[in-house]
Amino acid sequence: MPAGSMPLSRRSFGALAAAAAAGGLARPAVAQGAPLRIGLMLPFSGTFAALGENIAAAVELYIAEKGGRIGGRTPQLIRLDDESNPANAVQNVNRLVGRDRAEVMIGTVHSGVVMALVQASRERGVPLIIPNAGNVAATRELCSPTVFRSSFSNWQPAYGMGLALAKSGVKRACWVTWDYAAGAESGQGFADGLKAGGGELVRELKLPFPETNFQPLLAQIPGLNVDAVGSFFAGGGAVQFVREYAAAGLKDRIPLTGSGFLTEGVLGPQGAAAEGVRTALHYGDGLDNPKNTAFRAAFKQRTNRDADVYAVQGYDAAQMLAAGLEATRGDPTAEAAFARGIRSARIDSPRGAFTLSPSHNPVQNIYLREARGGENRVIGVAAEALADPGTGCRMT
Amino acid sequence: MDLSGLFAQVLNGLQYGLLLFLISSGLTLIFGVMGVINLAHGSMFMIGAYLAYVIASLTGALWLALPLAVLGGLAMGAALEAGLFRRFYKREHLDQVLLTFALILLFEEARSAMLGNDFHAVPVPAILDFSVPVTAEFAYSAYRLAVLVVCLFVALLMFLGIERTRIGSAVRAAAEKPEMVDLLGLDARRIHLLVFAVGTALAMLAGALAAPLQSVYPNMGESFLIICFVVVVVGGVGSIAGAFWAALLIGLVDTLGKAYLPEIAGLVVYLLMAGVLLWRPSGLFAPGR
Repeated sequence: MPAGSMPLSRRSFGALAAAAAAGGLARPAVAQGAPLRIGLMLPFSGTFAALGENIAAAVELYIAEKGGRIGGRTPQLIRLDDESNPANAVQNVNRLVGRDRAEVMIGTVHSGVVMALVQASRERGVPLIIPNAGNVAATRELCSPTVFRSSFSNWQPAYGMGLALAKSGVKRACWVTWDYAAGAESGQGFADGLKAGGGELVRELKLPFPETNFQPLLAQIPGLNVDAVGSFFAGGGAVQFVREYAAAGLKDRIPLTGSGFLTEGVLGPQGAAAEGVRTALHYGDGLDNPKNTAFRAAFKQRTNRDADVYAVQGYDAAQMLAAGLEATRGDPTAEAAFARGIRSARIDSPRGAFTLSPSHNPVQNIYLREARGGENRVIGVAAEALADPGTGCRMT
Repeated sequence: MDLSGLFAQVLNGLQYGLLLFLISSGLTLIFGVMGVINLAHGSMFMIGAYLAYVIASLTGALWLALPLAVLGGLAMGAALEAGLFRRFYKREHLDQVLLTFALILLFEEARSAMLGNDFHAVPVPAILDFSVPVTAEFAYSAYRLAVLVVCLFVALLMFLGIERTRIGSAVRAAAEKPEMVDLLGLDARRIHLLVFAVGTALAMLAGALAAPLQSVYPNMGESFLIICFVVVVVGGVGSIAGAFWAALLIGLVDTLGKAYLPEIAGLVVYLLMAGVLLWRPSGLFAPGR
């Protein structure tokens, strides 16, 4: 029993008291009368608001599909807008688990904010499912029995891109990115992927975040004698970079590739400059499987928006939570059994079914996509059933 | 080292330097003539860039932003000078720094409230949306070349205005020997108003021109402000010629540093500044000293 293996926290004591007061039995596993408080800490305003909304909508879609329940419990969703602001992250997490007494947490998009959630989950034992942020640390050195990820590690998509390039005959490539953690972690994946396929990363070109003076970097590329360029940029920076790469006349001579975020959600403003750009990600347009077809139709019907990779990650976060709850008869505080439940589940994702690695990160296909006519069409599998190495993870 | 790569980098450096000149020229005059350290000058650049973003997304005609940036900059500069800065010329630098820092916060908050905190790319005008090969392997967008030409043209106008007109010589006198202005019976208040308005207009014009090249994002003015203060200090406070040559020098050194010494790229311009200050403490073109 969980209460025997770990100290009773204030939160689970509260749940217990509530169960007792409701006339139930003094065992949280059967305190199923009270709703399960799920904290959704996501960006609902600011740059990433659309991502947060899609994640939350997909969680709600899953619950609706299960007749308003999740893992046998009636959920109560508590939305908290983290504004993608790392400065308020700790305060927001404290509100979620303190004032709002969230029993499980789903969050978030921004990798600077997610660390506060990871920290809180490690310290207080509140299970956390990360539906986007790709910091490798969350499933490596800071891994925890209570922390799970439904998305990706930054290393994974870039590894797939590097491997696919090397397999297609690329011997030498360079990597262009902003000088920050996500760029460096992706760069490492790209280098590892190239190496695994017999290629070599010859240079990393970096500029300070969020500067956009790409010219001094771009002008170096012809002299590097590379067969392809890999890159990690997202959002507005990705728009600017892809356009400048084309304007510098490089696109037709040295293929531009990248981690999937380079062309995710920004193909409109990138326009013709993005046509033919190949990227790798765990999801893409035109992915042909029944689950994906059904999911996209249901999401569209519910929200009147097209599903995207963020919606998929939100949906799968809900599926993972359900797997944990089903294994514990609805009790998220049963730490070991909850984790075993998620670990042993085969998540039937729209991206293709996946399981979790020992460090709780999806073992998943990384797809090769090509930008065509405003879509990132899947044209193959860059890396099959790819697991993050999980280096430095010691579950305690 | 391949020569065509070097040529492309030199062109990048010149283009970047000319843009720095547009911002620095106002900064150096405001500092030189009125003795004010205007930290809010970077905000003027930011406002110009966001103006271009708004105009481009509303009308699709980016060029409209250029006259609007100049006129808006003149009005904004005049209003700031007459409404605020005028009262601070005799105050200590610390008071001026506090005032201009407060202005940065105000402008950034206003930007955040009106336009949000997103990073926006600004499309290049359709007629300039093509590339021109500058070396066998590297092309330049026509818009980037056009910006280079506009910056050179504005620099030329500045030279002529400062060196060849009566009002220009009054400004020079004010920068080099402030007491001369009174001796000659010139109206110092009008000179101050003019310098502030023109300086602000130049920063906003630079922002509008740069928007398609740099995108627009929160606090974008601050990174430019710092590098422009380096330009002002290296060139010599109050000197337009100094700002011009220093801007080109800093643009080149920064770009070549990023290309050929990436490990210390962030340091190179500051090493250069330290070197210049040791050699010539008041800058390369310090007026009247």
